Amino acid sequence: MRWFWYASPQTFFPLAGTIARWCGIAAALLAAVGLYIGFFVAPTDAQQGEAYRIIFIHVPAAWMSMLIYVVMASWAALGLALNTRLSGMMASALAPTGALFTFIALWTGALWGRPTWGTYWVWGDARLMSELILLFLYFGFMALRASIDDPRRADRAAALLAIVGVVNIPIIYYSVQWWNTLHQGASVSLTAAPKMAATMLTGMLVMALAFWMYSIAAAMLRVRSIIRERA
Amino acid sequence: MSEFLAMGGYAWYVWGSYGVTFLCLLIEIVVLLKREAKT
Repeated sequence: MRWFWYASPQTFFPLAGTIARWCGIAAALLAAVGLYIGFFVAPTDAQQGEAYRIIFIHVPAAWMSMLIYVVMASWAALGLALNTRLSGMMASALAPTGALFTFIALWTGALWGRPTWGTYWVWGDARLMSELILLFLYFGFMALRASIDDPRRADRAAALLAIVGVVNIPIIYYSVQWWNTLHQGASVSLTAAPKMAATMLTGMLVMALAFWMYSIAAAMLRVRSIIRERA
Repeated sequence: MSEFLAMGGYAWYVWGSYGVTFLCLLIEIVVLLKREAKT
């Protein structure tokens, strides 16, 4: 396959439109299925009652906030290494959607925390703090890009910030193990059997796929605008 | 139906979460489509 063919923004432009359309449709369908499972199939939780239904968006949003950051930093690093124009554009296209999912993770976490922990927010909880830092990293990335007029220089400066900020991702992920603060450990991991009912897990995974498709669609739509604006 | 909306007393927490999430995504979609149409 001719990978570098699509490294040119002009040839990538129509492909981005096609990907955005299909991922958008997939996101809508998956969200409909995920919400149906989340509200009508998954049973009421024995301990948390109906409040636990927040996790169907909270956990997938938190996953996306970290995943998008890693993908964004990877594009940024690729741009630094190969000096390809599209890489910086992809990184910029991902940042606002990543910030949005970080905010959603924090917001839904607060609304879940109040009935479950008895508080909306705890200063000093390792998971909450590192996720908040992630939000500031996204803001910092976007602010730095916006503050430099020359797009290529802006891309390089923002790329450095994005790459340094990757350190925060394992800190978020392992925060619940390294520091024994309020946020509980993972309910789902790759190495252990999930600690929840199968229908709850299915609902959460379908919602995660929906958010994944949504993020791709949003980033592709945004990169099209960036390509046209910088042309 | 009203029982469903009540969410066992957790209506504010559940619908506050889903509502804000939906609103955020909706705003992003509108902003993106406007930007796409403008350029």
